Amino acid sequence: MVWLRRNLFSTPFNSGLTLLTLYLLWLAIPPIVDWLFLQATWSGESRAACEPNEGACWAFIDARFNQFIYGLYPSEAQWRVDLAFILLGVLFAGFFIPGVRRSWIAVLILIPYPLVAWILFSGGSWGLEEIDTAQWGGLFLTLVIAGVGITASFPLGILLALGRRSNLLVIRSISIGFIELIRGVPLISVLFMASVMLPLFLPEGVNFDKLLRALIGISLFQAAYMAEVVRGGLQAIPKGQTEAAESLGLGYWRTMQLIILPQALKLVIPGVVNTFIALFKDTTLVLIIGMFDFLGIVQAATTDPNWLGTAVEGYVFCAAVYWLFCFSMSRYSVSIERKLDTGH
Amino acid sequence: METKMIEMKGVNKWYGDFHVLKDINLTVKKGERLVVCGPSGSGKSTMIRCINRLEEHQEGQIIVDGIELTDDLNHIENVRREVGMIFQHFNLFPHLTILENLMLAPTWVRKMPRREAEEKALYYLERVKIADQALKFPGQLSGGQQQRVAIARGLCMEPKIMLFDEPTSALDPEMIKEVLDVMTELAEEGMTMICVTHEMGFAKTVADCMIFMDQGQIVECSPPAEFFENPKSERTQLFLSQIL
Ligand SMILES: Nc1ncnc2c1ncn2[C@@H]1O[C@H](COP(=O)(O)OP(=O)(O)OP(=O)(O)O)[C@@H](O)[C@H]1O
Ligand SMILES: [Mg+2]
Repeated sequence: MVWLRRNLFSTPFNSGLTLLTLYLLWLAIPPIVDWLFLQATWSGESRAACEPNEGACWAFIDARFNQFIYGLYPSEAQWRVDLAFILLGVLFAGFFIPGVRRSWIAVLILIPYPLVAWILFSGGSWGLEEIDTAQWGGLFLTLVIAGVGITASFPLGILLALGRRSNLLVIRSISIGFIELIRGVPLISVLFMASVMLPLFLPEGVNFDKLLRALIGISLFQAAYMAEVVRGGLQAIPKGQTEAAESLGLGYWRTMQLIILPQALKLVIPGVVNTFIALFKDTTLVLIIGMFDFLGIVQAATTDPNWLGTAVEGYVFCAAVYWLFCFSMSRYSVSIERKLDTGH
Repeated sequence: METKMIEMKGVNKWYGDFHVLKDINLTVKKGERLVVCGPSGSGKSTMIRCINRLEEHQEGQIIVDGIELTDDLNHIENVRREVGMIFQHFNLFPHLTILENLMLAPTWVRKMPRREAEEKALYYLERVKIADQALKFPGQLSGGQQQRVAIARGLCMEPKIMLFDEPTSALDPEMIKEVLDVMTELAEEGMTMICVTHEMGFAKTVADCMIFMDQGQIVECSPPAEFFENPKSERTQLFLSQIL
């Protein structure tokens, strides 16, 4: 009661605002709840099953759920995707077990894990049936692209940022050139170049996977943005830090690794996470080079004649899933920031 | 014969067109303690920063502990290992605890085992009388404490030479003494030291030799008794009359 009094009804104006807000909520919430839950249809074979009810047709999501998650990945092989993600989950859980060396887990995640995941996903060895990347899709594809993009663009961005501040003219020019070139073009054109133009330049017969090309394009693109975010952090670290480290005999790389980057990266966590979130959502652009990520596959499903008129449900579902992922990243970054706070 | 720890011969340095160091000649023997003073902008910091190559000189020779400072990165790192430096603004690493600040260089540069590095760190923290703060972060300490930590951090590398660049000028008066006490103790143990400072009381007690710099030149270089009683040059006299 005291809290209510102090925060919501402290002045007549404040009380008025509170009442107005309550009234607006009263108007808005019941119809939304109605549509989302009370009047919704939860299962059925086609759009027709939803006709009797006013609310959302969740039967559509239910019927296509498998496809939204795995794309056209053959159902008898879907356990491989599950296994790879469970493996990743187990590795991540290791971070929270006290006594386990974090650096070891990080090394495991960065080196052997991607190989194992690649073999599980695409098959072709270990007696696993080969599955072409053209069949990958849905949330699975989105997570693969985002995961690879994030893990590749982060270190690459750091190197570019260091390069841009290097004393060596050649390295500095290359870094600046790369960053400015990539930042100056839209991601769509990078993806187009990666998927359409690159093969034209490659010699006949040399042809590598379309997904791989898209991954390289996205990673390079985000690395350029990451580089500028990281550079902002590097610039905020006083020169005295480098001088102190160097006067103790630490070389350039050790100084960066132990003194400068830990401080600079901590400062730019919000910006880095911002870039990660942007990257996560930008993965939807692979749609234009003919790959069906999560959004793409949901959109494609809404055009199914059996399910005409379910576009709203599809997009609401999509938005909810994207939001869930992005919001988790944001919360996780806040918790890291708090943990790293040493009060300076 | 006493060994020469630092030798500067005909050192010149420019920032663009600006001639910061003009023909500096200086020899520091093992165990010798130099105090450098002079007006602001006279090049005191620049001179001592040349000794561990935080600044590059363009002409002349600088030889530290028998190693000449050139572009050779190995030489530079070898020199830096043997030369500790204390800064006006402490420059502790704010993301590491006091203990980690001290252990960092011994473990990464000297490749010392962690346990040994920790023992050494605690030993030197004890010596600067702040062993009880070992697990705090630099931001939680007072200025005087931070500067003592910085000195301990330098000592953990067991350097042969210590350089001090106005170590007390960012401190409140009541903290200056605790830092000067530590420095005096160090001087009495025979550490080779060059201190840029305007603490003349400290200079009188510990200095073997006073250096007065003005406009990039060493104007005067003499024992403290002579330096304070009858300085040779007018500029020194003027400077001393202003600060004493
Ligand atoms: N990076 C730089 N670029 C150009 N000029 C510089 C640079 N660093 C120092 N200077 C100039 O060189 C001169 C000497 O600087 P230095 O810091 O050595 O003086 P100082 O004697 O230590 O003075 P103070 O007592 O104020 O610390 C000053 O005039 C300063 O403006
Ligand atoms: Mg100075």
